[in-house]
Amino acid sequence: MNKWDWSNVDDFMPRFWDGVLVTLQALAIGSLIAFSLGLVWAIAQRSTLIWIRWPVIAVTEFIRNTPLLVQLFFLFYVVPEWGPSMSPLATGIVGLGLHYSTYTAEVYRAGIEGVPAGQWEAATALSLPKTRTWTAVILPQAIRRVIPALGNYVISMLKDSPMIAVIGAFEMLGEAQAYSNETFTTEALTVVGVAFIVIAYPASLLLRALERRLVR
Amino acid sequence: MSAENSTSKETPNPAADGSELIRFDGVMKRFGSNVVLDHLDFTVSSGKHVTLIGPSGSGKTTILRLLMTLLKPDEGTIKVGGEYLTHEERNGKLVPAGETHIREVRKNIGMVFQQFNLFPNMGVLRNITEAPVHVLGLSKDEAEERARELVELVGLTEHLDKYPSQLSGGQQQRVAIARALAMRPQVLLLDEVTSALDPELVAGVLDVLRDIAHTTDITMLVVTHEMNFARDISDDVLMFDAGRVIESGSPEKMFSDPEHERTREFLSAVL
Ligand SMILES: Nc1ncnc2c1ncn2[C@@H]1O[C@H](COP(=O)(O)OP(=O)(O)OP(=O)(O)O)[C@@H](O)[C@H]1O
Ligand SMILES: [Mg+2]
Repeated sequence: MNKWDWSNVDDFMPRFWDGVLVTLQALAIGSLIAFSLGLVWAIAQRSTLIWIRWPVIAVTEFIRNTPLLVQLFFLFYVVPEWGPSMSPLATGIVGLGLHYSTYTAEVYRAGIEGVPAGQWEAATALSLPKTRTWTAVILPQAIRRVIPALGNYVISMLKDSPMIAVIGAFEMLGEAQAYSNETFTTEALTVVGVAFIVIAYPASLLLRALERRLVR
Repeated sequence: MSAENSTSKETPNPAADGSELIRFDGVMKRFGSNVVLDHLDFTVSSGKHVTLIGPSGSGKTTILRLLMTLLKPDEGTIKVGGEYLTHEERNGKLVPAGETHIREVRKNIGMVFQQFNLFPNMGVLRNITEAPVHVLGLSKDEAEERARELVELVGLTEHLDKYPSQLSGGQQQRVAIARALAMRPQVLLLDEVTSALDPELVAGVLDVLRDIAHTTDITMLVVTHEMNFARDISDDVLMFDAGRVIESGSPEKMFSDPEHERTREFLSAVL
């Protein structure tokens, strides 16, 4: 084993920050996609129209039960053959967001089912329109109780984010691996390992604090 | 004079003139093989306060839920104010009604639930103004003015800015009453509205309802185990058993000299 050499760390730093930026971008935009698309899935899965409900259930089940890695390859190599082609980073973000939207859909679904039937009945008794019932009564209650669960998926997404390196979106780990291969050193990998903890641990503390506030 | 009538700017609530307001015609309701309502017929005249009594499982709640369109009848029709509730006439034929039609007819009906069912994510004021604004199209100011008057009527003026979780059960139920009245329904459905309350909170809610019964011309369908309250406010008492009305009459007659053996048994058990 080589001795620990700080000069390797210094040398890696510019690329490390590039990688951090990619990781954080993927995480932030990926979460936004996962949170909003998941909500769309969850509501569509409750549609009374079978030709909406059924395809959505089929597609989300399929995405949830196939590996993210396969989906990333598919989005990057297959989709451009007959559709839009995107940069590696954009593809990676869409892939992460889409994949995780099928998990957040389940979370929202549980949250929506957790709203007591009496709330729907009260809304009916007042003749509130469907959209108003969703936006003013059901979703505020459902989302409030699932925020901690959604947060957990942000942390899972952080841990899955290195996968987007396979299609060339070099986030932290991708940069570190490339650097290590070029220089035959290991310090960069250690730095990134620490970086994951430095991001994930405070995030989970934040989540737990949020949970204490919301779930009373 | 109640806040409820003195502020009627628009025209809903056509004065109760004693004409037929609610009509059940051969209404049948089953849950699986359990026939809960068996070709039920009955009518309620506008302005009347009618109490439904009967043993547990006799279908009282089912009747109110059918009227609120929380359930659909398997057979038969329900009319409210001369309009079919869950049916429409199209080319002279009765067909199941669309959502728009149901919504229009249903606006005449309000309900207070045993479990209050206030919206926990909204304060007291917004619980009451939500439907008047988004269903009746009142401006926020109009709705809030109406809400404030109703909150005063139910004696909760100092709690206007609180959330349901900050109120006692009795206070929550009084908010729920105000919320229902804010829609100015012709009919108010009350299903055991004090059953979930601690005993010391029951009287406050019943006093509010007595006040409403005596000072407005709203029609009431009441299911309650509070027989003194039923006696005070009812014009008619209907005794249900096995999905049918087996006896009806004034509270005086029903509570002191019922004709039917089942009614006597039932009343001796609850009085
Ligand atoms: N959603 C439902 N699914 C299946 N059965 C039901 C449902 N709602 C009511 N029932 C049945 O219908 C019958 C009548 O119920 P309902 O609640 O109308 O009675 P009730 O007169 O209000 O009784 P209680 O005095 O106990 O409130 C009961 O046998 C009940 O088990
Ligand atoms: Mg009942």
